[in-house]
Amino acid sequence: MTVREKLRQKISAGFYWHGLLCASYPVPIILFTAVCILTCCYPLLKLPLPGTGPVEFTTGVRDYMVPPQEPSGDPGERPDWYRGPPVAYIQQVLVKAAVSPWDNRLVPVDAFRSPLGRVFSLLDEIRNHVHSDSSGVRSLEALCLQVTDLLPGLRRMQALLPEHGCLLVSPGNYWQNQRELFDSDPDLLRTVQQYEPKGLHTSATLKDLLFGVHGKQTGVSLNSRNRVVTYTITMALRHYDVRFLGSLRSRLKQLHPSANCSLREEHMVHVHFKEEIGVAELIPLVTTYIILFAYIYFSTRKIDMVKSKWGLALAAVVTVLSSLLMSVGLCTLFGLTPTLNGGEIFPYLVVVIGLENVLVLTKSVVSTPVDLEVKLRIAQGLSNESWSIMKNMATELCIILIGYFTLVPAIQEFCLFAVVGLVSDFFLQMLFFTTVLSIDIRRMELADLNRRLPAEAGMPPAKPGPLRPRETPPPPRPSPHTITLQTPAFRNLRLPKRLRVVYFLARTRLAQRIIMAGTVIWIGILLYTDPAGLRTYLAAQVSEQSPLGGAGLPHLAVAPATPPPELDPMPPPIPQISWGPEDEEGWRRLSYRHWPSFFSYYNITLAKRYISILPVIPVTFHVTPREALETRHPQDTRHAPPLQTDPSPNALPHGAPVQTDLTLYKVAALGLAAGVLLVLLLFCLYRLLCPRNYGQNGVQHGRRRRGDLPCDDYGYSPPVSEISPLLLRGHNMDIECLASDGMLLASCCLAGQIRVWDAQTGDCLTVIPNHGRNQGKSSAVTDLETLGGAEGQDAGGAGYPVRRRAAPSRPTLFGDQPDLTALIDTSFGQQPPSQAPSASSGFDFGGLVERAYLEHEPSVSPVFSAPPPQPVQRRRSLGDQPMAPTDWDSAVWALELRGNLIAAGRSSGKLEVCLWDAVEGSLRCSNEDGVSGITALAFLNNRIVAARLNGSLDFFTVDINKPLGLLQYRGGPGRGSMPPSPCYSSDDVISCQLTRSVQCAHQKPITVLRAAAGRVVTGSQDHTVRVYRLEDSCCLFTLQGHSGGITAIYIDQTMVLASGGQDGAICLWDVLTGSRVSHVYGHRGDVTSLVCTTSCVISSGLDDLICIWDRSTGIKLYSIQQVLGCGASFGVISDSLLVTGGQGCVSFWDLNFGDLLQTVYLGASSEGQGVRQLVVLDNAAIVCDFGSELSLVYVPSVLEKLD
Amino acid sequence: MPTCTAKEEQVLWKSSVHSRGSYNAAIADQTANLAIRGLLLFLIGVFLALVLNLLQVQRNVTLFPPDGFASIFSSAWWVPPCCGTASAVIGLLYPCIDRLLGEPHKFKREWSSVMRCVAVFVGINHASAKVDFANNVQLSLTLAALSIGLWWTFDRSCSGLGLGFAIAFLATLTTQLLVYNGLFQYTSPDFLYVRSWLPCIFFAGVITMGSIGRQLAMYEYKVVQEKTHQD
Repeated sequence: MTVREKLRQKISAGFYWHGLLCASYPVPIILFTAVCILTCCYPLLKLPLPGTGPVEFTTGVRDYMVPPQEPSGDPGERPDWYRGPPVAYIQQVLVKAAVSPWDNRLVPVDAFRSPLGRVFSLLDEIRNHVHSDSSGVRSLEALCLQVTDLLPGLRRMQALLPEHGCLLVSPGNYWQNQRELFDSDPDLLRTVQQYEPKGLHTSATLKDLLFGVHGKQTGVSLNSRNRVVTYTITMALRHYDVRFLGSLRSRLKQLHPSANCSLREEHMVHVHFKEEIGVAELIPLVTTYIILFAYIYFSTRKIDMVKSKWGLALAAVVTVLSSLLMSVGLCTLFGLTPTLNGGEIFPYLVVVIGLENVLVLTKSVVSTPVDLEVKLRIAQGLSNESWSIMKNMATELCIILIGYFTLVPAIQEFCLFAVVGLVSDFFLQMLFFTTVLSIDIRRMELADLNRRLPAEAGMPPAKPGPLRPRETPPPPRPSPHTITLQTPAFRNLRLPKRLRVVYFLARTRLAQRIIMAGTVIWIGILLYTDPAGLRTYLAAQVSEQSPLGGAGLPHLAVAPATPPPELDPMPPPIPQISWGPEDEEGWRRLSYRHWPSFFSYYNITLAKRYISILPVIPVTFHVTPREALETRHPQDTRHAPPLQTDPSPNALPHGAPVQTDLTLYKVAALGLAAGVLLVLLLFCLYRLLCPRNYGQNGVQHGRRRRGDLPCDDYGYSPPVSEISPLLLRGHNMDIECLASDGMLLASCCLAGQIRVWDAQTGDCLTVIPNHGRNQGKSSAVTDLETLGGAEGQDAGGAGYPVRRRAAPSRPTLFGDQPDLTALIDTSFGQQPPSQAPSASSGFDFGGLVERAYLEHEPSVSPVFSAPPPQPVQRRRSLGDQPMAPTDWDSAVWALELRGNLIAAGRSSGKLEVCLWDAVEGSLRCSNEDGVSGITALAFLNNRIVAARLNGSLDFFTVDINKPLGLLQYRGGPGRGSMPPSPCYSSDDVISCQLTRSVQCAHQKPITVLRAAAGRVVTGSQDHTVRVYRLEDSCCLFTLQGHSGGITAIYIDQTMVLASGGQDGAICLWDVLTGSRVSHVYGHRGDVTSLVCTTSCVISSGLDDLICIWDRSTGIKLYSIQQVLGCGASFGVISDSLLVTGGQGCVSFWDLNFGDLLQTVYLGASSEGQGVRQLVVLDNAAIVCDFGSELSLVYVPSVLEKLD
Repeated sequence: MPTCTAKEEQVLWKSSVHSRGSYNAAIADQTANLAIRGLLLFLIGVFLALVLNLLQVQRNVTLFPPDGFASIFSSAWWVPPCCGTASAVIGLLYPCIDRLLGEPHKFKREWSSVMRCVAVFVGINHASAKVDFANNVQLSLTLAALSIGLWWTFDRSCSGLGLGFAIAFLATLTTQLLVYNGLFQYTSPDFLYVRSWLPCIFFAGVITMGSIGRQLAMYEYKVVQEKTHQD
């Protein structure tokens, strides 16, 4: 044993015990994991939340010191960005000016022309202010922030913004700080407005920039409310000099005193700006996230066969996400501060860590035997995958190690994160996900039990041993021979309610919607809490509209003690300059991008840096009306509207709110339009990328109807054609057995009547009545038949084709029924029917049929002239009544057809071999040795094998004594895979001898029997499969491996053996060695049918699912959901063509790729009825069983496609 | 037997009608399918080209002048369509070659794997754009290792490798020819940087587009993987 093997075993054992542990104590383990996650995520609380709003920090002015570069002292108070000098100190001089008292001679322009004009003198004062003391002489020029060129893209602003000098802006910049230009400007408003952007704008505008207050506060408009003009002179200082600023402040206050100003000048605010993400950077990020979500979506879609698919998907995502959080938390804990942008590397980390392990685990656990205990299942599943999981993990760690040695710092950091993430992910998978999976599987077991109880009522007792202790052993099955027929309990099988709820959730995509709603709420909160965002805006709005001004609103922490002067309810005709607390920090109303864009004009970035905003210097100007008139420009009066000459205070306030509302509405409408567009776009993308229509309403219940056709993932509907099949009618009851050798087709109904059809033309060649009944005990039946015969003789003259031999006779007590004789072909020809049952050895209608057939032959119409449907049904209903209670004991349970010999096994244990060759339907020999009913028959070469209800197996040999020694061969040359069957003529003497009887082949009834390639394979209720050699009936192998009764077996010429059982398992065996090749679980409930092709295995189960497996690997390739009740009806036409039955239709699939090729509707009459059985004949015809009717369908088009 | 022959004739006639109809339908079908696949691949290629170029814009190593965001769509308008066409061709070529070689690609054939592949491809681009490498050799080696790793993780077919190498070589050659002829220029001063970056990215892109193309081609054959939602 190599080291590798040893290691593998060790790992496997370790995982096994771990699985046991997890499944045994789920709740403590989940709690432990949750505690672990929370502990590891605790350091994350210190990290800031995502968002790009600026952060503020307030300090006092008096004891201000430039913060040191290195963090020191108490770090609790000051934020970590508050270190080193700021980019600039912002000093604003807030000017409020008004013409007072207001005069009726004045026009609206006067309200701001002369107040604005005062800015030039003020500027001069500031520029020329010099402070001199002992330490020297200082002027603004020395202290201010010197700027150079504007950015090259801002040529049009060149005239407006200062260059090569102090960064000092004021409204005077509109006129290049020259009084002459201002005075000669005929239209001030146009000058101000011409630089405003036309559309909506989010960032700072030039007007905001130069005026330094919010646009609406300036009062520079024709319909200003209180005719007070507000603006600031903003200067950016490089150095903070207390004395210079103090002297400037006092000088300005002294020159232009503000009467009732009570501004507190104690605080300076430091504003820190975060890195901004531009659109160009955002698009790749968004793309990676989209890819990430697509990856998660496609991964979780693969989770299958569990109780709650979405719950597990959620658990998987939680596992990955929390492992990432844990890794970040751990890294932070150990001092590895993330320098990489977390949002950027996050998708890649998820992709590296991946969801694969989780999916592999789920799949492995799910594919363990269902009947094991949950613990054992989990343990087994874990240990099965342990090696691959460990191998993958080792590989990933190796790759990451290699990445670490690239010695690129960013990659190294990524690798470090990834390692921690991988380890924590492994931890979570092992503890968290495994436990969740065990809980889920336990729930599924319970649900399954509930669901299956009624269904299992008809199943055999559960396997012996301690398996599935939870389940009560179902009562023994009374009759094992109706395996292929589904009981009504199965047909009414509906999904449990809980599952339907889950599917409803999945259909309506609740989880996605919740996430979307969460995102919207998050954005809303961000907007609201943003310092420059909605809250301030709302506050400002309210304060503007409330009659109390700003006093009623505590949006600033400290309200002044002085009553606001605007308390006067009537707006005064005399403009009153008032200083409220809202003036203290007027910059707060500006856009939060105001300062960054201000500095960015000079290529100075504020990202990750801060500025300090000093308290404003209030300046008040009172302009007399005379001054205003003097400074008036000649063209100003032209703006005066007649209304404005006598400004009524009530009419004035309308303008501004209307404008505001308009902007608001515009924003809302644009947002709405953008939202709708986005939704439409996403919808289109969704349809494009994921066109599966399971999210649609209504009709996807697997029930195929005409009109709603099955279509593939592209919405492509395969061509639908309707062909009129050859309807083979005649049986009165449901058809139970079908046998065919390519040219002939034998069918047997529940009544025991056997009919032989020509597989080419659909003509009924022979009818072999249930002779057991004819022999029967009650002579009344015979009498009835005689009567029927006599009646038929009368009708025989009508010329109706004599096709039917022994229909269930019409009893006389139904004589009052309408005479349907013409439709019911009961003509018996000339011979008295009483002769028929006379021969105890069987029946011989040969001559009779021959003549009738020969008579009829020239007039055979190409299409079988089917009688109208109504009498058919009536006939059936008539037939049923006398039939049901009679000879149940001699029903035909098995039927085989080779050459022109039919072997029929009856429930009474009698084996009949009858010969047919277009002229005779005579019983050639019968064997009544057995006592137990024959459940299955195999007819190969000249041997017949019969399996009986008591578990014994009989081998018969059919001997033919040919008088002429002629052996004819019949059948198309090379069309079929079977060797041409020898043709027996009616002259031959056929004897059937029991060569050997294996008494105790199985402990329990044999359910299936197949023979091919010289082997006979039997499957039984005792969970075993046995292989016998045909020649000497010697048992070669007993194959054990199923944990339920065997329900389906397939063997073909190439010695491929597959078996399916009631446990839903499918085993592939090697017939030569008797070893099991592969073992898969695919169905919930019995496997009803199995077929192998060269590359795949096709199975169908009671769950109405047809699964296609890869034969070599045992991997499920895909599955096809069948219509309820048609689960077992499928056939393989060639290696690549599968045909399945549906509701009145058959569908053709490309086997290799699961592509639906064509759906063929079989005429109107069969609609609504499901195809119960489906037999593929050698000549590519398909026989479908619709209750009591057979449909013979030729599919030439499909054949063509094959070639 | 005359009746039999009549019947056979009828059957034959029916079959010929059926076959002709289905043949035509199949042909039309295949063409439509091919067109849809091509269109999808084209769109994906255009989208990826735009996004990845944006990444390079941030690095200022764009293949066209970075006069701002809007210029991406004006100055080199033909680059994304070219990328789209190339990706459509590659995406159609891969399944075609698989079919010619007679061995359908079965390794990790599912959408989640394809998504992973695309994510890794974008990641490689991201790394080349965002991470500062010491020198060009290091960048080249890292990117080459990543690209080969991408192929090993998601493709593992010899045809994929060969085609990837061939197309990467041709594409690099074409780009360089365009540059030498002045039709196209790098604005970034470090010319070597772009050259060391190109072949690896082309190779990874070819593998990615091939993976998408193969997955899309699966739909031509495969209808419904799991109809779990059906009932």
